[in-house]
Parts: sequence; structure tokens; C-alpha cells
Amino acid sequence: MLTYTLQRFGLALITIWAISVISFVIIQLPPGDFVDAYIASLSASGSMVRQEEAQALRQLYGLDQPIWVQYWKWASRVAQGDFGTSMEWGRPVTEVLGDRLWLTVAVSLAAIFLTWGIALPIGIYSAVRQYSMADYAFTLIGFVGLAVPNFLLALIIMYFGFVLFDLNVGGLFSAEYQLAPWSWGKAKDLMAHLPLPALILALAGTAQLIRIMRANLLDELRRPYVATARARGLAEWRVIVKYPVRAALNPFASTIGYLLPFVVSGSIVVSLVLSLPTVGPLLLRALVAQDMFLAGTIVLLLGVLTVIGTFISDLILMWIDPRIRAGIHG
Amino acid sequence: MSEAAKADTPFVTAAEEKVAAATQLQLTWWRFRKHRVAVISGIVVIFFYLMALFADFLAVTGPHSTDAARSYIPPQAIHWFDQDGSFKPHVYALKGRRDMRTFKLVYAPDPSDRRYLKLFAEGYSYTFLGLFETNRHLLGLDRGVPEDALFLLGTDQLGRDVWSRLMLATRTSLSIGLIGVALSLFLGILLGGVSGLYGGVIDTAIQRLIEILRSIPTIPLWMGLAAALPSDWSVTQVYIAITVIISLIGWTELARVVRGRFLALREEDFVTAAELAGASRLRIIFRHMVPSFLSHIIAAVSLALPAMIISETTLSFLGLGLRPPAISWGVLLQDAQNLQAIAIAPWLLLVAVPVVIVILAFNFLGDGLRDAADPYG
Repeated sequence: MLTYTLQRFGLALITIWAISVISFVIIQLPPGDFVDAYIASLSASGSMVRQEEAQALRQLYGLDQPIWVQYWKWASRVAQGDFGTSMEWGRPVTEVLGDRLWLTVAVSLAAIFLTWGIALPIGIYSAVRQYSMADYAFTLIGFVGLAVPNFLLALIIMYFGFVLFDLNVGGLFSAEYQLAPWSWGKAKDLMAHLPLPALILALAGTAQLIRIMRANLLDELRRPYVATARARGLAEWRVIVKYPVRAALNPFASTIGYLLPFVVSGSIVVSLVLSLPTVGPLLLRALVAQDMFLAGTIVLLLGVLTVIGTFISDLILMWIDPRIRAGIHG
Repeated sequence: MSEAAKADTPFVTAAEEKVAAATQLQLTWWRFRKHRVAVISGIVVIFFYLMALFADFLAVTGPHSTDAARSYIPPQAIHWFDQDGSFKPHVYALKGRRDMRTFKLVYAPDPSDRRYLKLFAEGYSYTFLGLFETNRHLLGLDRGVPEDALFLLGTDQLGRDVWSRLMLATRTSLSIGLIGVALSLFLGILLGGVSGLYGGVIDTAIQRLIEILRSIPTIPLWMGLAAALPSDWSVTQVYIAITVIISLIGWTELARVVRGRFLALREEDFVTAAELAGASRLRIIFRHMVPSFLSHIIAAVSLALPAMIISETTLSFLGLGLRPPAISWGVLLQDAQNLQAIAIAPWLLLVAVPVVIVILAFNFLGDGLRDAADPYG
């Protein structure tokens, strides 16, 4: 059990390292170093940077040193929570990000819980009533959810919301709460706005989960122990829910490892269409404006949060699955 | 009981004998044929690729010809029968009228001015399949240029014909999927094969690499890489770069499939037999192993293609993938990005229809192929 935890932890660390390298590469990719970009952005607004000042900046960020020294300097500053300054906004990156990062987490988590909430009952139903009309109907809806890219679904829902209900479905807050400090009212307002983007994100992931749940449960339902339970006169409901569903649930839980990156990815695009105040629109803007510290930081933080989420899900999996705890891979 | 043993028993029907002697691909094909939805999906996919191939021929107006005066013209109705009831498909020409309140030019169909549809009509000239120059198009009008009167799916803000642009976008989006998958397949077979064949440390390293790549959210990563492409690159350069970026992450699933097959086959009796018979490693791989997992790879590819197409469409939709003047599904959908645009011109969303159909068809096809890939199962 300890080995498994350490193994997962080690992998998570390596992944975070890989993500940090990729983020650093993204920051470095645009031509010229960022001091050039900084000077350019300053002179565009009218102020000048003296030669010595530029030199001092270059030295501070180690731009005159080899690339791996630069990476080291950047990484050690990041580890202390200093993500650099956003060129476009002229403020520290952490300030620009503000609540957006947590709102991204909120949207993603809501989407994942919704995915589970939809996929679990439908998966069970589809397996128990295999080849029924409803089974086919759910399969079809699942496939459509799989085939319609997130942003298209958001566009279509937005369009029908507008045409049929004269509703502007964008945003995460009502107008009066948009700039207000956090309060109970604002939190409630957020809860009222969350379900729609969460549903759009969830629909794409449910198809796969329904199929996994259905296949797993079908395998379990054919096992002799189910027949035994029935023969002993257990109520059908109990027969299904007590044992086979529990057994089928394990691989289901492990899928969060792929679901999380998928949902976080999707949230970026959906946020753009629905103009949610998450990091999505900010990332796009930063990339277009070549505000690389901001963009790199967003990529880095999204990646790291995803890895942490996956690690936590691994721990949960270990907690509910005795086979993993015992070190049996099955 | 194995197939070979069945064939040895004296009481075999002709059909059984046929099954016993069939190659793996034949068996796969027979089984695939029974999967009705998958077969239909396969036909749909072929249909779309033909459409991509003959995109210029199907387009009616030059995809870049703009006319600001004709922006946001809604899709036209085709009238199938003439006044006397004879079958003569035609459209009404548009007549411009000044709205006296807003002073805007508004277009309304003019029932007195009928333009009859003509097959193989003349239009803008293009190079047919890169072979010869021609100006024949599937559809055209009996008089007047189609630029003025034929708007099957309406026009966009710049007055460009959505139907014609959709045809060319189909070509771009479908081909980027193919090239991307080819690249992914190369990486996937190489790394997955090495991983499954050699095992040990190399296998562990490659597996960890795959796990790491899969745990990173892809879209922010793609966005970061795509945004770094220099803005002065040509359409072709961007096209290639985007393909490479997308397939850099797309190979992991294919590698997993290949590795799994290699691992499973390594233990099979026929591989051991070939080894004992003194066959070389390369011969075992290409003569014995590859044919038996070819169908699995085909299935995995047909499931990877729609993912590639969605990736390209998403990136271009965000404005970080292909950029105008390139035309792809994502580029077209970019015009429908906000509520105002959709409220004014809902027909711009029609581009979503082929996207959804193609992706659905690929998914059903891949599913059918995956089921058929195990003909003995």
C-alpha cells in the first residue's frame, strides 16, 4: 500500500516537473526574450526604458545565462509563488489570476460530479435492461455527446437559449454580483449559474463512462455469484446494487485520471464561448497578446492542479478498492 | 476448439471450410459486414472524403470572392417546379431595395426573376484534382454568375458563399485528420512496438511517458504551442505545424493499442512455433504478428481520426489553429463565435452539421471495426 502511494506520488512529481518544463518552453517560444517584449510594451505606452535598466532586468532573470540556468531561476521563483509580471496588465500574474483559477476548479469539479451523476444510473440501467429501447436511446445520446465538440454544444445551447427563452446564458454571476466581494448571495448566485456550463462539459465525458459502466456491470451480472444471490431469494434490487455494482464501480473510479484533464481542457473552450470568468478567456488573450508569463503560468497551474486532482483520485481509488491496497493489479 | 482442428474433422460444410481457410482480414470483413450501423457509417465517411476530393467541383462560387453588399444573405429556397408544374428547379434572384428607415440595402427574393439551376455549369476556374484547369461545377445557373444569385446556405459577413466555403473547409479538416493520424500512427507503432517487444526498462519508461502526457490537459498545451507559431508563416506552414502539434499528443492511445497487441501476441503459440522454426525477428513481426493485429490498428485509427478532427476544429475556432485565408470547419465556425453573430445569421451554425455527422460516423465505424477486429472472439 505504501509502495503504491509512493509510486503514484513519484509519478505525480515527475509529471509536475514535465509540465513545468513545457510551460517554460511556452514562455520562451516567442522570438526575442521577454525583456524585449517588456521594453516594446512600455515604449508603446510612451515610457522609455534606459539601457542600464534593461540590462538589470536581463540579469535579474538570468537571460544572459544558459537556458537551463534560466529554467532553474524561473522554477525556483515559481516554487516560492512568484510567477512574474503580466506584461499586458502590468501587475503580478497572481493578482491578474485572482479568483479565476478557483472558478475554473469549481466548474471542472461540478462537471465531473455531474458526469458521474449522469453516467452511473444510466450505466446501471443500460446494463440491467440491455438492448431495451431506453438502452439504445441512451447510447445514441451518449454518442451525440461524444461527437459534438464542447464549444459547439455551448454555441447551440446559447443560441436556443436566446431564441426560445430570450435568455443570455453566458457568465457565472448575475450582473449585480460580478464585481461584488464574496458573500453568501454571491455564492448562491454562482451555484445557480454553475449547472449549465457543467452540464455542457459533462455531456462529452458521459458517453465513455456509460459504456465502461455498462460493460463492467454486464461482465459482473453474468458471474455465478449473482445467480446464487438470486437463487437465494434476494430482492432483485439488492442483488444488483449490493455486489455487482460495487465490483463494477472500481474501474469506473479509476477513469477520473483521464476525465480530469479532459474536463479541464474542455472548460477552457466552453468558458470562452459562454464568457465565464475562468482562466480560459484569460489564457487565450494572453497568448494572442504574447503575454507569456501569464500564459505560461496558466498552463503550469492548470497542469499542476490536474496532476494533484489525479493523485487524490488515486488515493480515493486505493481507499475503495481493496485489490489495489493489497498490491494486486487486476 | 481451434479452427484448424475443426477443418480436420471429416464432417465439414463448405461454409465452415471457407471460414477455416479465410485470412484474418477476410474474417474481419465478414464480421464487420454484419454490423449494419458501422457499414452505413463507413459509407458516410467515404461520401465525405469524396466530397473533400471534389470540393472545387461542388463549390459554386469562388470561396474567397467577397462582396460587402451581400453580407448575411439567408439560405435560399430552391423551388423545384415551374409554374406549369414541370420539373425545373430554380431560385429567385435577389433584388436590392433601400430600406427608407435605416438606409440599408436589403435583399429580398424577386419571384419574377427566376434563375434555373443547371448541372455542370460554368463558374470560376480551378485546377481539377491538381490535373487540369477547368471552370465546370456541379451546380450553376442558366444565366448570370452564381456569385450574384446562388446562395444555397446563405452568406457570411463579408458576403462569401457559405456552401462553397463549407466544401473547401471539408477538404482541409478531413485531410488534416488523415495526416495527423498518419503521424500519430508512425509514432504510436514505433514507440508502442518497441515498448511491447522489448519490455523491461524501455517499456516502463515509455509507459510512464504516456501516462505523463495523458495527465496533462491538452487544450491549454496546444494553445500555448500553436500561439507560438510565427504570424508570418504561410498557410501551408501553419497547416503542417498544427498537424504536428496535434499528433504529438495523439499518438499515446495508438501506442497503447500496439503495445497491448504485441504483449498478447508474444505469448501466442504460433509466434513460439515461428521462433522454434528459426524465423528471424523481423520475419516474425511482419509475416506473423502484424497481419493478426492489423485490424486492431485500423480500428484504433478510425477512432483516433475524429479526435484529431475535433482538435483541429477547436484550435481553429479559438483562432490559434489555421488562420484565414485558410478555410476549415473551425475557421468557418469562428464566424459564429458570439451570440450577436448567431442571432443575426443563425445559418452560420449549419457548418456544425457536417462536423457532427462526420465525427459520429467515424465513431460508429471505429466501434464496428473494433468489434470485428476479434473475429474469433
